[in-house]
Amino acid sequence: MLYINCPHCGMRSQNEFSYGGDASVKRPEINKEVSDQEWDNFVYNRKSLRGKHLELWQHISGCRQWIKVERDTATHEIFRTFKADEEVA
Amino acid sequence: MQKYSIFNLVKNAFSNHQNWDLAWKDPTPKEEYDVVIIGGGGHGLATAYYLAKEHNITKVAIIEKGWIGGGNVGRNTTIIRSNYMHDENGLFSEFGMDLWRKMSQDLNYNVMFSPRGIINLAHSDAQMNAYARRGNSMRLNGIDAVLLNREQVKEIIPMADFSDNVRFPIFGGLMQPSAGTARHDAVAWGYARQADSMGVDIIQNCEVIGFDVNAGKIKGIRTSRGNIKAKKVGICVAGSTNILAEKLNMTLPIETHLLQACVSEPVKPVLDKVVTFGAGHFYVSQSDKGEMVMGGDLDGYNSYAQRGNLPTLQHVLTEGIAMMPFLSKLKMLRTWGGIMDMSMDGSPIIDKTHIEGLYLNCGWCYGGFKATPASGWTFAHTIAQDRVHELNAGYSLNRFSTGHLIDEKGLGTKTWIS
Repeated sequence: MLYINCPHCGMRSQNEFSYGGDASVKRPEINKEVSDQEWDNFVYNRKSLRGKHLELWQHISGCRQWIKVERDTATHEIFRTFKADEEVA
Repeated sequence: MQKYSIFNLVKNAFSNHQNWDLAWKDPTPKEEYDVVIIGGGGHGLATAYYLAKEHNITKVAIIEKGWIGGGNVGRNTTIIRSNYMHDENGLFSEFGMDLWRKMSQDLNYNVMFSPRGIINLAHSDAQMNAYARRGNSMRLNGIDAVLLNREQVKEIIPMADFSDNVRFPIFGGLMQPSAGTARHDAVAWGYARQADSMGVDIIQNCEVIGFDVNAGKIKGIRTSRGNIKAKKVGICVAGSTNILAEKLNMTLPIETHLLQACVSEPVKPVLDKVVTFGAGHFYVSQSDKGEMVMGGDLDGYNSYAQRGNLPTLQHVLTEGIAMMPFLSKLKMLRTWGGIMDMSMDGSPIIDKTHIEGLYLNCGWCYGGFKATPASGWTFAHTIAQDRVHELNAGYSLNRFSTGHLIDEKGLGTKTWIS
């Protein structure tokens, strides 16, 4: 069982959350010419590496906010959590 | 190579089976090969075998970080089927079914292929309609499919829950009678033994740490046991695909996720089919030892852990008990996990890459084991001829940018949803 520290609600079990994938993916800017490659990278292509991974989770059975979680994909250790609009240094 | 036969079995019994040849050698890597296959799993071993058998290319090495057959070919639930709706998947898998039927003879190794049939249960009228459509598509591609009504399903699997007040009543199901199971380890070992006998070097405990690429052309690989020159390199590493892709500065439409499976204690024969629950994601069959072999959803977040988490297992087994209540009486014997190369449309990639002489075989999602022979056969063709075969033409790497997705399940890019 993972325990995720929701920045809004505190430490909760994994059962309250649903997963939203890689949080480092950025949508191409609106009102700008976007190449096929940029769309590809946004929609399909993922690094998905072993080790530290910044990802989105939604606290679906809690405050329903989207949050960012920094987790190790091999050990499942969770290092830090952030609000969705927080910049990750 | 010593042939496995009743005659040799009897002969070796006189020496207490102490004098059998080793099934494969443990060579040190040579300086150069015509083809290097990275990954000594089912697909890599099959690729090497078909390179030697079909294309007469025997200066081949298989480079394996751990031991052969220690990854997903040793961790799956052994199901073999070709019950796909889309042409690309159906024709590819049905070609594989033919190879499965001949495999034990072909490899001189008993892979215990058991075409016992698979039933996908339906729990609503809409699902029955969808299965009728899928069954018709299968039959148009020459794949056997039978639509069963509730009574017919009840006759075959009376132990399923047919009571009236269940949340997901069984309306019927779609059966592929020729689907089944096989002994997974034997598949890896059979391919390894034959490939070795034809001159392929199986190099274990050898990790790939980098690639030598010059002017857009592959020159060789760097490994923990030294540099190896190669004219062609095939990558066949399932859940570790992204790790190697990063060394090549490639970003792929693949995410690595964890899938669990489990077996119960062995019980007397009760289930002679593979059965899947249609209102969720759960499948079960009974092994020759009597264990109920079960699996279902991904753990649901990127993972390289090769071991699972309990919430998903609990969720999957809840579905199992809803489908077959007697499962709740069984004790769990083992659970384990493997890491899946989940592609963004649920279908695999067997293709050339932008680097000349570098080939990619990945994106098998949940369905890698059954594809072992067809994947090896088509990947060997793609490497040997430097062009894709018509069977894997649809499994291209650029289909994501051209929009020719093969989205069998209609899930889109959220691979962790099931």
